[in-house]
Amino acid sequence: MSVETPRERSWTARVRTRAESALPPEKLLPDRQPAYVASWIYVFGALTIAALLAIVVSGLILGLKGPAWWHVTAIGRFFNGIHLWSVEIFFFTMVVHLWGKFWMGAWRGGRSGTWVVGAITFLISIAAAFTGYLSQQNFDAQWISTQAKDGLNAVGIGAFFNVTNFGQMYTFHVILLPLAVVLLTAWHVLLVRRHGVVPPYVRSAAVARSEEHA
Amino acid sequence: MFVPTVLGAVFDLSRRPHYVHWHFFQMSVVNLLVIALMVVVFVAAILLPFPHRRTEP
Amino acid sequence: MASPRDAAPPWTGPYRSYDIVKELAICIAVVAALATLLTILFSSPDEKPSTIASWARSQPNDFLTTATAELDGSSDTAGYGPPYNHAATGQVIGPIHLQSWLGVSHPVNTAVDYVLAPLATIPNDPALRAALGRYAAAPPAQRSAWTDAYAKTIGRAGSGRGAGPVAPMMTALLGLAQSGGLDGALLTSQHFYQTDYTKPLLFLADGSLLSDRAQAQHLLGDQWGMMNETGSYPGQVWLWLYTFWYQIKPFSTSDNADALVWALMMLLSVAFVCIPFIPGVRSIPRWIPLHRLIWRKHYRAHAGPAS
Repeated sequence: MSVETPRERSWTARVRTRAESALPPEKLLPDRQPAYVASWIYVFGALTIAALLAIVVSGLILGLKGPAWWHVTAIGRFFNGIHLWSVEIFFFTMVVHLWGKFWMGAWRGGRSGTWVVGAITFLISIAAAFTGYLSQQNFDAQWISTQAKDGLNAVGIGAFFNVTNFGQMYTFHVILLPLAVVLLTAWHVLLVRRHGVVPPYVRSAAVARSEEHA
Repeated sequence: MFVPTVLGAVFDLSRRPHYVHWHFFQMSVVNLLVIALMVVVFVAAILLPFPHRRTEP
Repeated sequence: MASPRDAAPPWTGPYRSYDIVKELAICIAVVAALATLLTILFSSPDEKPSTIASWARSQPNDFLTTATAELDGSSDTAGYGPPYNHAATGQVIGPIHLQSWLGVSHPVNTAVDYVLAPLATIPNDPALRAALGRYAAAPPAQRSAWTDAYAKTIGRAGSGRGAGPVAPMMTALLGLAQSGGLDGALLTSQHFYQTDYTKPLLFLADGSLLSDRAQAQHLLGDQWGMMNETGSYPGQVWLWLYTFWYQIKPFSTSDNADALVWALMMLLSVAFVCIPFIPGVRSIPRWIPLHRLIWRKHYRAHAGPAS
């Protein structure tokens, strides 16, 4: 039985070695893709990330000036507009990305984790958007909170997640849920880099013969 | 420092929208447009040709 | 186990140059430009919130009707159950009582919180103090008789006849509400710094003002309101399936609709996350081969018997 060297016993070295073997630089930032990656549908993942960036940046600006700012200044209203439309673009591109990935069967070849993380990111994003609507401090927030409380109370969640508590919802919206969405998105992208873009379905021999005779 | 020169809306969307009713189904025209646009964009993304790049072995 | 035709063996074919950093940079520019354009064209909605003061001034009869219901325990909040009080057991999913599993975590005593405690803060009003004392000393049956009598006369000639001390109490409460004092009392009476709007929101929601405004904006449940935004702005189209269930039986007529819809959506969400593991569902993309369009160049380049 070989004896581990001090370096091999090092946690740091072990983490680095595992990370390097899972994601060497040329896999982390590849400058080439398999030839089948040649469709505009593949751009929608990047568009979704771009929209998320716009949401975070506009959200940071709104957060810097506090939750009342956008109600009382034109420039605040402008950045609130950027934030809202970035959210609309985010869900638009994420759904198109999701449709593309479903019809490509993108979970194949050991990529089920990528689908699972992506699907969870979608659901957490809905929760993040929901707390955003609750943080608006206007009539829409009043209506949404007094309606949504019934659904959450009915299953006991209202006892610890109180949608009529602005302070709690604002904290979830500006810190907890964006952190979750960003971390899940990063994990999703790293999984795509690690496993590569899913290859096309293998055509059956029958289909190949029928296409030959078409 | 960039200061947006147009900070108000060009189009006023604060008025009541139009709705589509069919049996129990109700949706605002604007929401239906968004969904229709998603489908159009999805189909276009699949069908439109993607720029050709040199392939390597 | 997945079908062999769903296999995705490692790619051994040709590659193409693909600049993912440039792609992301272009996407950022496109999204930033699109969001800016949409903001310049349409801005964003901001309907002003309702206050108890605005409610009491615009709909005084509705305010008084609601306040009376809070006092006699017949309002929606008074009879809600957990997490606000023990008045009901709440909704169930079959034998499972999720609404009550964590108990009363946000106690609201509607009679005290919305009527008696705010009235007790009004200074220099001996008549009001006497009315409050008379109300407190009366047995429950007498109190009910007074509130019933008062509720019948709201907005009518001879308002308050037979209502005993409830009439001057409600008159004082209306004055307090119209001055804005009730908004403040419900928010900061316990703490100076406060971000929890539960009490004023529940009170507002027990009345008609919020639902009247919501109906005008097509935000009610049976208007598929969950998907909608105020005005003509695009809303939350991704909530279409959540609101759909509320429109059809058995959910549309069930007292447990909220709990049942939530449970169903949780199940469907788990199924959505687990698509790769569900036989049949995971094969749909193979059975309906839209992928042949997406990968048409690949299939043309690799025409011939499958490898």
